[in-house]
Amino acid sequence: MRTCGATPGGADLAGVDLVNQTVIQGAVLRGGVSDGVPNGSPVDNAYVRLLDLNGEFTAEVPTNLEGQFRFFAAPGLWTVVVLAHGAREEVKVQAIKGTPVDLIIHI
Amino acid sequence: MSRATSLVSTDWVLDNLTNKSVVFVEVDEDTTLYEKGHIEGAITFHWREDLQDGLIRDLISKEKFEALLSKSGISNDSTVVLYGGNNNWFATYAFWYFKIYGHQDVRLIDGGRKLWELKGLPLVSEVPARTASRYVAKERDNSIRAFRDQVIASIGIKNIVDVRSPAEFSGELAAPAHLPQEGGQIKGHIPGAKNIPWSKAANEDGTFRSNEELSDLYKAAGVDFAKETIAYCRIGERSAFSWFVLHELLDLQNVTNYDGSWTEYGSLVGVPVAVGA
Repeated sequence: MRTCGATPGGADLAGVDLVNQTVIQGAVLRGGVSDGVPNGSPVDNAYVRLLDLNGEFTAEVPTNLEGQFRFFAAPGLWTVVVLAHGAREEVKVQAIKGTPVDLIIHI
Repeated sequence: MSRATSLVSTDWVLDNLTNKSVVFVEVDEDTTLYEKGHIEGAITFHWREDLQDGLIRDLISKEKFEALLSKSGISNDSTVVLYGGNNNWFATYAFWYFKIYGHQDVRLIDGGRKLWELKGLPLVSEVPARTASRYVAKERDNSIRAFRDQVIASIGIKNIVDVRSPAEFSGELAAPAHLPQEGGQIKGHIPGAKNIPWSKAANEDGTFRSNEELSDLYKAAGVDFAKETIAYCRIGERSAFSWFVLHELLDLQNVTNYDGSWTEYGSLVGVPVAVGA
């Protein structure tokens, strides 16, 4: 998959109440390179964990067929952990209300 | 009950894939997971369509449970082995459900669907055709279920364990962070409840921590094992996970799951509520 769309990672946000929700989302890709344009194969059987500021587990979701995931969090610092067969990646993010965090995570 | 009788490993599953007395059942929060692939021979129960009454907020009736299991080809002497996504949340809820209706031999795959996938073990798309049975359930065993009036009367007396995330406990969030923020009418927790998130009982790969670690976890948080314990969360699934830990793995009696949980308690008029850590 290699796209140049405006939404780099997560699923379409149409219908999501971005005024009141703090969204952290993205896509997990296997292979490819982190050159700012999403590329690689979607990982549809990864598990994505959201850890709070203290590293405490808050939530976990499986990726969808496009390798995408989404959390409804609260504003603040979070760690996103991706687990997949033979892979583990961590990304720290700052979430704010109104502007979704959209990630591309290569494994 | 104990870890040895309630929990099976992925290796045990591989050794028993063709065992006719074993029925594997996948129960997920994300009900599309089964269609993406499942353990060979496994059937699935839909947590809402199959396991919720639909009209009133309650478990399905004994007759409906019998019909569900009969249609699924599960017999009274079947070994039912449950697993699912989300670290077995809904699989433990189904486990509790099977115990409510008195099924003799029900077990859980340690690590559930996540460990199976992280190990790269095979999933298939074929839905098995099972021959219908004539299942006879027992009357509900309410000794493992708590109702709201019991919960209110237990404040300051029994252990009340809130297994939600710290942000839900404190009143910052109304639901887990991967779900839209809806739940009870208000946010907070039951006064005196100990916040021991379900996740602390699980390793990152979805397996349960050792009994020694689990025992230390609850004791360190102030749970007195000599007293009765009520576990609750938002809708009763995560608390079924912690109920499984306390009642099945640690073999403690007098542990109940308050399946009404915060969506009920947080909507009640006039009951005490606390906020903050």
